[in-house]
Amino acid sequence: MIRLPLVLMFSALLFSAGVYGVLARRNAIMVLMAIELMLNAVNVNLVAFAALLQQMTGQVFALFVIAVAAAEVGIGLAIVILLFRTRESINVDEVNLLKW
Amino acid sequence: MNVLAAEGEVAFKATTNGIWFVEHAWIVVLLPLVSAALILFLGSRTPGKGAVYGITAVGAAFVFSIGGLWHFVEGGGPFEGSIDWFTIGPLHLELGVLVDGLTAVMLVVVTAVSLAVHVYSLGYMHGDERFTWFYVVLSLFTAAMLTVVVSNNLIQLLVGWEVMGICSYLLIGHWWEVKENSDAAIKAFITTRVGDVPFMFGIIALIAVTGFTTTNIGEVSHELGLGEVSPLFVSVAALLLFGGTVGKSAQFPLHVWLPDAMAGPTPVSALIHAATMVAAGVYLIGRLFEVFLLADEWVLTVVSIVAAITALGAALLAIVQDDIKRVLAYSTLSQLAYMVAGLSLGELGLTAGFFHLFTHAFFKALLFLCAGSVIHAVHSNNMSEMGGLRKYMPITFWTMLIGSLALAGIIPLAGFWSKDELLVVAHEEHATWLFVVFLVTAVITAFYTMRMVMLTFFGEYEGEAHPHESPKTMTGPLIALAAATIGVGLLGAPQLNAVFGKWVFFEEIHEAVFVPWIAGLSTAGALLGLAAGYVLYRERKARDPLQAPMGPAWNLLQNRYYIDEFYMRAIVRPVRDTWSAGVNWFNQVVLDGIVDGAAVVTRWVAQLVAWFDRTVIDGAVNGAGEVAGRTGNALRYLQSGNVQWYAVGLFVGVIALAVVFIRVV
Amino acid sequence: MSAQEYAFVVLAVVGSLSAIAVVTSTNVVHAALYLVVALLSVAGVYLLLGAEFVAWVQILIYVGAIVILFLFGLMLTKAPIGRDALDNQQRGVGAIVGVGVFAGLVFLIQDAFPMQDAQAFEPARGTTDVVGEAIFRSYVLPFEAVSFLLLAALIGAIVLARKDDST
Repeated sequence: MIRLPLVLMFSALLFSAGVYGVLARRNAIMVLMAIELMLNAVNVNLVAFAALLQQMTGQVFALFVIAVAAAEVGIGLAIVILLFRTRESINVDEVNLLKW
Repeated sequence: MNVLAAEGEVAFKATTNGIWFVEHAWIVVLLPLVSAALILFLGSRTPGKGAVYGITAVGAAFVFSIGGLWHFVEGGGPFEGSIDWFTIGPLHLELGVLVDGLTAVMLVVVTAVSLAVHVYSLGYMHGDERFTWFYVVLSLFTAAMLTVVVSNNLIQLLVGWEVMGICSYLLIGHWWEVKENSDAAIKAFITTRVGDVPFMFGIIALIAVTGFTTTNIGEVSHELGLGEVSPLFVSVAALLLFGGTVGKSAQFPLHVWLPDAMAGPTPVSALIHAATMVAAGVYLIGRLFEVFLLADEWVLTVVSIVAAITALGAALLAIVQDDIKRVLAYSTLSQLAYMVAGLSLGELGLTAGFFHLFTHAFFKALLFLCAGSVIHAVHSNNMSEMGGLRKYMPITFWTMLIGSLALAGIIPLAGFWSKDELLVVAHEEHATWLFVVFLVTAVITAFYTMRMVMLTFFGEYEGEAHPHESPKTMTGPLIALAAATIGVGLLGAPQLNAVFGKWVFFEEIHEAVFVPWIAGLSTAGALLGLAAGYVLYRERKARDPLQAPMGPAWNLLQNRYYIDEFYMRAIVRPVRDTWSAGVNWFNQVVLDGIVDGAAVVTRWVAQLVAWFDRTVIDGAVNGAGEVAGRTGNALRYLQSGNVQWYAVGLFVGVIALAVVFIRVV
Repeated sequence: MSAQEYAFVVLAVVGSLSAIAVVTSTNVVHAALYLVVALLSVAGVYLLLGAEFVAWVQILIYVGAIVILFLFGLMLTKAPIGRDALDNQQRGVGAIVGVGVFAGLVFLIQDAFPMQDAQAFEPARGTTDVVGEAIFRSYVLPFEAVSFLLLAALIGAIVLARKDDST
């Protein structure tokens, strides 16, 4: 009942927004949020194709992605907290000791 | 070794008692050679300083030679034997012996005189610091002369010839600390060398006649006898060979070395410059007689002229000498010329010439050894410092008198028979001018001989030394030689069958003839000369009695015809000061300059290469490093340290790749 | 266009706008809340597509846990406020890249699944028992692996975030 390209385009839009957020945001937590957007876009894609092909694989995969995303956010925030402790700021463009 | 039958009309006995000595004639050569080596290595440690080896060896060689001569006395024939040495292409070289009558006679002469000199030197050279070395070279010289005499091929002869030259040089310069002596040695060597060069060319010419296949004298003579060689070629070859004789036997114009060679010890003068080495030149002509006979007439005429000039000129020079050895030296020149002139008279002259060589060797050696005895007593060579010595040295006086009379040609001593023989041959060959020269020279010879005896033994001794008779080692040989002088002449006496002529002859035996008027004429001339000498020199005068009458001729003679000065100015000085100096300059400046220049050029090139290496190659290497560094320097600005900047790159790349892989590929 | 499609389009528009708002907002807390809206709309899409279980898990975990974590993080790290404070100098480049990514993806989608030929499809059967069956039958191994991963993440987070006693 829903045409596939529309779903895919929705997912593409989400993904692109996520890309912009990863590249342009200064706050580390904002970057993490953008990454979540990208993961969600992927999930939408997976589920759409699962519906198209009438298989469970896509949905199961999407569940696993959600689980992994949760774990990743936990670790990511732990790192951000650690970064905040050492540097008093979590702007990613101030973390550039490895520059030339 | 094979025995050749003789060619020609003479019949020889197949075998004699002495044939073993002839077949093993090479032992005669080997004995003094071995003794030379022994003296060299063991001499200084042997009691008597090594003289015993030399004397034993030469004594044994003498016995051998007598044995060899016995073979010819009994009528035996020539013997030739050889071993192959090596071969170069077609040229075949050998070592061998050729023993005919001539060789046997020469062997006796050489070994006898050498033995006398060896014994004499025991006394004369006693206490000399190089006594052992003296005996080494003496033995070596004897071996070399014997090599020349027995050799059957030209190369072996040349080897012996050259070794003799070296030994002569070494012995003349025995007391080289005195500059005169070493100068005299060099002069002797170089002058004989000037004669040796044409000699070598002559040898090459002879080898060429055989087509460069062999150097054997017999075969060369055989080839020449076939008559296929042009006479001009043979004449030139003969003339070149005569060059060797002119040098070694001191004929005009290469006679200048012999008087100066008297600077050597007297035994050396006796052996080398009276009896043996100088006789080698004469022997050469005899051995290669075919060449001279097959040459044109004018060659032998040239030989005669040279000999005549030498004979007369040297005799005149002997009149004015004060040094006793120089008198004898000029006398030797004159007598050698006699021999050469005799040989130039052709086949008849061969026997006469060699007979004179035979006798001359004995009495000239005797005279020299006596002179040495006198010099040993008064410590001076000059006759002006002698006089009245017959009271002090009777043996020396009597032996010297015998030798002098032999030289003058008084019957029945040796010199008479041989000179007479030469006069007869000159007469038979109708060579009148040579006859006259012989006669005049004989008169002058007698004159200066008497002069010498008078000045030395008569009058009063006014010197400061204490003259006494010489020791037995010196007087012994004198007596032996005197006996020989008396005896050997008889070997050629026609009245006694002239046995000498049966040993030494060319192709056929010539009966020796006794011509009474010639004998009378020569005896008269000799007595004339002796009387004149006796009268003029009976009393000693401050100035020589001949000086006033002869006037300017006296000065000419005193300065030896100015020949030595001429050579010095015309030849020695230009070569030494101009040519040699020029060549030396060329070598030092031009040749060394080229070599040094090459080194300099190499260094420039090396510097160029170094620059290239430093600038270009190292530059390239360093440049590569520089480029890497600069590129890195430029690229490092990509490392902004900003993670999001890296993410941009990542995304762009991923998208591009995705499009490429999905759509394009 | 069927009714589901209309509903989908509405949800998609809402979700897209809120997603864009997430990455362009000037206030971090607002951004987090916009993220909630975006995630909820995605859950709605799952429901429309027939994946009920996934939709509920989405709301539970994403909206319920992850966003709360984000808010805690923001709280603990004193996030700044203001446009320039939130964006870095790469805004231009990032926009270009983002648009480029979108264009690329649209191109690929159009190439693979053109709109003209698109056919509507039936929603999937995504009830709990069906999903459970699938996980515990075919995909039990990845399931175990993911649980292992979560354990590791748990330990890791604790280790990373605890205070160091040794200085």
